[in-house]
Amino acid sequence: MNLQRRLIGLGVIGTSAAATLAIVAAMVLISLTIVMGGKDTLSWEFLTTAPREGMTAGGIFPAIVGTVLLVLLMSVAGVPAGAITAVYLSEYAHQRSVIARTIRFAVNTLAGVPSIVFGLFGLGFFVQFIGTGMDRMFSDGVRLRWAQPNILWASLTMALLTLPVVIVSVEEAIKNVPQELRAASLALGATRWQTVWKVVIPNSLNGILTGGILAVSRGAGEVAPILFTGAAYFLPELPDALSSQFMHLGYHIYIMSTQSTNVEATRGIQYATTLVLLMLTFVLNFSAILLRSRVRSRQLQ
Amino acid sequence: MASQRREAEHPSPMTPANMKRRFRWDEFLAEKLITAVAFVSLATIALIFVFVFREAAPVFFSRPEAAQVDQAAEEETYGEEALGEGARALSEGRNVDGVEYGDASSGSAMLENLLSVTWQPVGSLPKFGLIPLILGSLKVTIVALLIAAPLAILAAIFTSAFAPPRAREFIKPIIELLAGFPSVVIGFFALMSLATIMQQTFGYQYRLNVLLGGMAMALTVIPIIYTIAEDALNAVPKFMKEASLALGATNWQTALFVTLPAATPGVFAAILLGFGRAFGETMIVLMATGNAALVSWSILEPVRTMSATIGAEMAEVVFGDIHYHVLFLIGAILFVFTFTLNAVAELYVRQRLIRRFRGV
Repeated sequence: MNLQRRLIGLGVIGTSAAATLAIVAAMVLISLTIVMGGKDTLSWEFLTTAPREGMTAGGIFPAIVGTVLLVLLMSVAGVPAGAITAVYLSEYAHQRSVIARTIRFAVNTLAGVPSIVFGLFGLGFFVQFIGTGMDRMFSDGVRLRWAQPNILWASLTMALLTLPVVIVSVEEAIKNVPQELRAASLALGATRWQTVWKVVIPNSLNGILTGGILAVSRGAGEVAPILFTGAAYFLPELPDALSSQFMHLGYHIYIMSTQSTNVEATRGIQYATTLVLLMLTFVLNFSAILLRSRVRSRQLQ
Repeated sequence: MASQRREAEHPSPMTPANMKRRFRWDEFLAEKLITAVAFVSLATIALIFVFVFREAAPVFFSRPEAAQVDQAAEEETYGEEALGEGARALSEGRNVDGVEYGDASSGSAMLENLLSVTWQPVGSLPKFGLIPLILGSLKVTIVALLIAAPLAILAAIFTSAFAPPRAREFIKPIIELLAGFPSVVIGFFALMSLATIMQQTFGYQYRLNVLLGGMAMALTVIPIIYTIAEDALNAVPKFMKEASLALGATNWQTALFVTLPAATPGVFAAILLGFGRAFGETMIVLMATGNAALVSWSILEPVRTMSATIGAEMAEVVFGDIHYHVLFLIGAILFVFTFTLNAVAELYVRQRLIRRFRGV
């Protein structure tokens, strides 16, 4: 009986360990495949030149710039708004009020709405509704300037997509600031805003940063929302205005691997582009994880 | 520093009465500004509902064959009613066998078209049958979950119960990193590498199919299920585990028969959220499933999902065309479906989880 129990135990632990190992192995396998496929093509020239000869040669410079610009605009639009919303939720709203609970529910459920739906919203709201309105106001309304996909609409769509991510992680960081600190600050005669600005925010800065980085890494990797809100198939010149279209690493990978007429000739370019995108999101995620574990270990002390 | 300066400004002792009278502009502005920004960002979130449905509604009141009828005043309400009916009929059609046609209770030709089994949006007589797309999404999602759920839950049990602390510190961040893999990268891996390996190993006919898409999708679902399930397992009170161990149960018996049952609602929520994520995921299915709108139960044939249809066709569609509105309708269905799943996971399961830990 004891032997039987021990054998079953070994089986249970072995199976669960094998499952864990399988997941880790799958991840390592993907990373290795992409590194191996892309490392020969990856070079300084590849990173700093535009595609040439129908995208079968040259580099991915416009795609890198487009991705970075998209992420920057998205962060400028989304991270402050998300952080302020989180401050409102945790410091100003009455915690048990219907409004606060509804908002929290909406934010949590929206985090699970597919990114392609955000893309549809971006097209219907920003491009068609706001864009058409702006064209009517600022120009003759015949020539399309804003009522077409561009980098501004793509970044705003992306900002909206990452808003729940920012709100949830910043709120968590703010909640981790001990209540005693707030009480001490208020007891010394500081007002609520002074407490928020001088006590709560400095003490949750790491968490706010983590939220921002997570949002940025999600924004860098998502392709579905920009499919029809601004990404361009091929555009050697860099975007020079908010109303220009742009190239994007993820979209470039999608286009090259599914619509390219000569998949074999561009295989190296495809792998290398994927490698660049993977490294970008890897660095971002890794720094977020490091920051978060630093915050956690500081809280334990 | 700041407090000294304030004291200089207000040398008189502060009593509750004169504190109340003092009005601070910065305080007032900060509070109003924060509230305003919060409400603007939340109003924008609410707008998502409005605009996706607004663009989907015309499907039901401008029929392709009939000449445009003038419906000035009643447009809005009619559109909404028809949408509700359409969604209900859709879910009924899906419950019964997946091939049943709507019985055209509304008499609308469009509704019948939507419930047909052919998706051929371009042509002189466009067919917008949603059945193959819904079936396609379900097939890929179920395959993905059948692969992801057991692996992720077993891994969660391993990390929470069996793994030595040092290994735990190592495993958790790795799986978190997997969550950060862009879906286009996983789709690319499936398309370029996994597809070839799978076809060579199993020798099936179509290189891109449901099985391949499901496997790739599983990679994005695993971190979600793992993280939430692991949280739920760790949230089980320590005294329950200690009681079990004190009664002579082994480590694995405690993990399987005490911790796991206590965390069931959380694990269930994890699976629900994974389902929602897989159902709406776009890039992977766009790249790895072949995108053929077939009606079949085989998992070795290509398939076209709802999300992939939007992703592939929206860029080429004419604005205001019926096809454009049908794509928005698909988006609205996706939205309602995933929102409901999330709401169930959020409200029902979390409540039960809390009650369970208090009640035991």
